[in-house]
Amino acid sequence: MSVLLLAEITAGELSLDATAKAVSAAQSLGDVTILAAGETAAAAGDAAAKIDGVSKVLVAEDASLGHRLAEPTAALIASLASDYEHIVAPATTDAKNILPRVAALLDVMIISDATAVVDGATFERPIYAGNAIQTVKSSDAKKVVTFRTANFDAAGEGGTAAVETISAADNPGLSEWVEDKVAESDRPELTSAGIVVSGGRGVGSEEDFALIEKLADKLGAAVGASRAAVDSGYAANDLQVGQTGKVVAPDLYVAVGISGAIQHLAGMKDSKVIVAINKDEEAPIFQVADYGLVADLFQAVPELTDKLG
Amino acid sequence: MKVLVPVKRVIDYNVKVRVKADGSGVDLANVKMSMNPFDEIAVEEAIRLKEAGKADEVVAVSIGVKQSQETLRTALAMGADRAILINAADDVHTDIEPLAVAKLLAKVVEEEQPGLVITGKQAIDNDMNATGQMLSAILGWSQAAFASEIDIEGDSAKVTREVDGGLQTISVKMPAIVTADLRLNEPRYASLPNIMKAKKKPLDEKTPADYGVDVTPRLEVVKTEEPAERSAGIKVGSVDELIEKLKEAGAV
Ligand SMILES: Cc1cc2nc3c(=O)[nH]c(=O)nc-3n(C[C@H](O)[C@H](O)[C@H](O)COP(=O)(O)OP(=O)(O)OC[C@H]3O[C@@H](n4cnc5c(N)ncnc54)[C@H](O)[C@@H]3O)c2cc1C
Ligand SMILES: Nc1ncnc2c1ncn2[C@@H]1O[C@H](COP(=O)(O)O)[C@@H](O)[C@H]1O
Repeated sequence: MSVLLLAEITAGELSLDATAKAVSAAQSLGDVTILAAGETAAAAGDAAAKIDGVSKVLVAEDASLGHRLAEPTAALIASLASDYEHIVAPATTDAKNILPRVAALLDVMIISDATAVVDGATFERPIYAGNAIQTVKSSDAKKVVTFRTANFDAAGEGGTAAVETISAADNPGLSEWVEDKVAESDRPELTSAGIVVSGGRGVGSEEDFALIEKLADKLGAAVGASRAAVDSGYAANDLQVGQTGKVVAPDLYVAVGISGAIQHLAGMKDSKVIVAINKDEEAPIFQVADYGLVADLFQAVPELTDKLG
Repeated sequence: MKVLVPVKRVIDYNVKVRVKADGSGVDLANVKMSMNPFDEIAVEEAIRLKEAGKADEVVAVSIGVKQSQETLRTALAMGADRAILINAADDVHTDIEPLAVAKLLAKVVEEEQPGLVITGKQAIDNDMNATGQMLSAILGWSQAAFASEIDIEGDSAKVTREVDGGLQTISVKMPAIVTADLRLNEPRYASLPNIMKAKKKPLDEKTPADYGVDVTPRLEVVKTEEPAERSAGIKVGSVDELIEKLKEAGAV
């Protein structure tokens, strides 16, 4: 039984956190082979070879794999599929773009966002914005699965897997990369941060979102946002937490001016400690908060930032 | 150019979901159902393409129980021209898997020959986020998932996609499959006269057998459970008390 795991690589760099969490999710399924694909992927492949529990790394470097376009990446994975029973990846936007395409090429169902492995064919996954957990058993010969990283601890480092170079599949030539608009930030990455401070519509403006950022910086935290804050232009789209944004489970989640719609809760309710600051004491966010502070955020947040010595 | 928009009937996003006591699934009997919110965005985008003279016909398709007719009527009231209902289930609790949906849609595409298919990014019931990508694989078409902007220029389309790192713009060859993210547009409400007019627009009914597609699920639902409840927390009276509690809990 072997597993092919698509490593998360952006611009040649391995996302160790997401990849190592997927490795730990996949461990019980069989020997894990990592696929490092990209225009440059050798360094990422070397880094992946150090993840505990990885038995082999395949490096595929080709211009067509450069920006992880779905068609050439899926074609490559499908061409390798005969050697594996499981094809898996961390549930990032890249993998959610690519793996369903792989599954359809192989005529099997996709199992999206798995949160637990029951056995080689059986997985748990949240449905209805996490309001129910479904256990599904696949009857397909191959299982194509994305793992929700927030639910798994990262595998450690210390492995010495063999690295092998392979060639890309033919590029179907259906799409081309034009540009990336990446928000540069020195803050920790949202999905792997130990602390997340998120702002919602209550923050009121892009300028005042600086209150959230200052508190985050004081705590060494990542910044998150509700959909309303993103839609209103207070925060960038890649900061959205929720059913259709990122799913986070930090040690501490601070929700400021966020009402607590189920779609938002879907992305943060597995956090260890939740703090909510909201002026409406009836706000649903208080139902999931360990510590709720009913207050005007424009007073409470600067005071909190100030007093956290 | 014809635009095909698959629309799914799902539980309304405001409804509190209840898991059935026997663990067999979520209770959908007598629950408010609506068009999947992402599909409203997809329909809106297709209609805007028609209004901009870039599309000449918008066809909505739904696969599921016969009540999905209502969802199709909503699409027609928003401005779609025609609808196709594929009756694939009798029980409202039956969910047709993305793979089977994609296979049926591929057959519809063969028949209708659209130049563009816009699906929603994900259905808010099964949260699979797969159908568009699967359809694109089956057809061998280009794929632009999680779109927040679509710009059609002749035989290609420039699509901005919402990705983990921010935004990515790609250029895809037409015909293409695009999946709509939340910020692509704000869907319109259907006006009363348009709701009346929609009742007269054509709605064809088909079955999976008409297309020779087997919709037997590949994933057996073993059980459905409530998620673990969080234990109730406390309200703190001041910022000082909040800091004190967080320190006690070792959270800061
Ligand atoms: C298909 C779909 C998918 C969605 N996906 C997501 C998702 O992934 N993530 C997400 O977040 N949402 C998502 N949503 C949107 C979700 O339903 C809510 O609309 C959204 O989360 C609301 O954001 P909010 O809490 O910031 O705004 P609001 O609900 O408007 O809440 C603002 C809060 O701020 C408080 N407030 C105002 N002023 C102050 C002040 N001065 N001091 C303190 N508190 C104040 C108010 O009391 C209120 O509780 C989705 C919706 C749909 C339909
Ligand atoms: N039964 C269905 N009928 C019509 N369209 C569907 C159906 N299931 C999925 N879709 C389309 O595929 C998108 C993604 O769904 P999913 O892959 O199930 O998350 C939806 O937003 C719809 O556009």
